[in-house]
Amino acid sequence: MTRITWQGQRYELQEGETVLEALLRIGASVPYSCRSGVCQTCMMRAVAGDPGEASRHRLSEEQRARGAFLPCICHPQTDLELAPMQDELPIMATTVVSKTPLGDVLRLRLAPRKPISFRAGQFINVHAEDGVVRSYSIASVPTLDDGVLELHVRRLPDGRVSTWLHEVLREGDELCVQGPLGECCYVLGETQRPLLLIGTGSGLAPLWGILRDALHNGHTGPIYLYHGSRDAEGLYLHDELCALEAMRPEQFHYIPCVSGPNVSPDCRSGRASDAALADHSKLTGWRVYVCGHPQMVEETRRSVFLAGARIADIHTDAFTLSR
Amino acid sequence: MADSLYNRLGGEAAVNAAVDIFYRKVLADKRISHFFDNVDMSRQAAKQKAFLTVAFGGPNNYSGQDMRKGHAHLVSRGLNDGHFDAVMENLAATLQELSVPPEMIAECAAIAESTRSDVLCR
Ligand SMILES: Cc1cc2nc3c(=O)[nH]c(=O)nc-3n(C[C@H](O)[C@H](O)[C@H](O)COP(=O)(O)OP(=O)(O)OC[C@H]3O[C@@H](n4cnc5c(N)ncnc54)[C@H](O)[C@@H]3O)c2cc1C
Ligand code: HEM
Repeated sequence: MTRITWQGQRYELQEGETVLEALLRIGASVPYSCRSGVCQTCMMRAVAGDPGEASRHRLSEEQRARGAFLPCICHPQTDLELAPMQDELPIMATTVVSKTPLGDVLRLRLAPRKPISFRAGQFINVHAEDGVVRSYSIASVPTLDDGVLELHVRRLPDGRVSTWLHEVLREGDELCVQGPLGECCYVLGETQRPLLLIGTGSGLAPLWGILRDALHNGHTGPIYLYHGSRDAEGLYLHDELCALEAMRPEQFHYIPCVSGPNVSPDCRSGRASDAALADHSKLTGWRVYVCGHPQMVEETRRSVFLAGARIADIHTDAFTLSR
Repeated sequence: MADSLYNRLGGEAAVNAAVDIFYRKVLADKRISHFFDNVDMSRQAAKQKAFLTVAFGGPNNYSGQDMRKGHAHLVSRGLNDGHFDAVMENLAATLQELSVPPEMIAECAAIAESTRSDVLCR
């Protein structure tokens, strides 16, 4: 039996249990959110023992050198002694500057009290009431938006934090965030490269940021953005994206896709990823961004790879729900 | 170590160059792609790198026992000589695509071949 040591006490791991599951079972008060190795909220250090490569491979060299690992995806083969790692991601206060409902999606703008260094397409962890944490992707570009963090939050039925952000949070309120994290960003220094952006639902948030970041940095290569939704109301930046396309008709192509039954004439019928791959079956040399529904992201990642994009040139942001 | 196969191939840079090509071939190969389904792609890419490092004679800590353990769940799903041959083919085709000289391809193939009984848990 593998054992973990937490705050001087030893506990046995049960069959198939992750370290985080064991900690929650014994009533340890530890922060967590995605439970899938993405958001880093539960990150800890292994003071003794080997947490295994799978629980570390997405962390930076620096974090790994300090013994960091992610308990939510850790099935250790050896006994482990754990230590918290709270200083890793400081919690920062922001002020809610504006809340703009766009159908089911809330466009939320937050002004950090102290400047935060971030890039469009990264994500931050939002601390809602009762210490509940959820990740949201950054749709703004710091230099274009005065350092304001813009988030696009989709309302989910009975979703704890999304509903709270939509209904309870007020303009002028304080909201605490942690981060930024993630590397789903525009890559500088290759302005001629063709870019393919594919997103479903509020998966448009990072893509909107990456798109504006690319144009702001003088990107000259073609950019194709496929945004998918079940119905036309879900294409929540339709007018802004059409306007941008009208300004740069040679370079930027916006392809709205509706997968449900009522497809208006200016939209494609079917899934965004299918439309993108039908139009671009050879992706050798392309840089690709895929964001939104986790299953769509994983399937599309594989398809664009098979279509010729290199693994290192495929950036993804899967909006994994917390269980 | 200067003239080890791994170094002659180009070390880690060679592994990185080969991994995309090799993995794409494996996923596109209907004979074996089902073994690589339902696994997170970035993790898989890391495993493909581990595989190529072994085949290139590079530094690794895998014992024969580890290779057995690592593939036992695949053997119970039917992994057999035919699948092993398919991986060998994809490895050779990848190296050809990278213009690796035939003698070095043969060396890699011999290393990979030497793991057959462990991989197939015999
Ligand atoms: C890296 C990352 C980036 C993200 N970026 C964004 C973003 O930019 N925009 C965005 O909108 N979201 C984003 N997400 C998702 C976001 O973090 C939240 O998961 C999402 O907002 C839902 O949180 P919630 O608290 O509202 O819902 P939760 O309370 O967590 O519930 C989620 C859904 O599951 C259902 N549910 C809950 N419990 C159960 C149960 N026991 N059985 C069955 N169903 C249940 C709920 O009804 C709800 O529909 C991102 C996620 C990650 C990991
Ligand atoms: C040719 C000799 C082979 C060698 C040297 C080899 C080597 C390896 C190595 C080093 C790993 C990584 C183990 C780890 O770090 O967890 C691995 C994993 C894997 N191998 Fe092989 N392998 C070989 C043949 C095969 C074959 C024939 C198949 C199937 C067709 C296969 C399928 C896999 C899969 C699916 C994994 C991932 C296992 C998992 O995580 O579930 N391998 N292999």
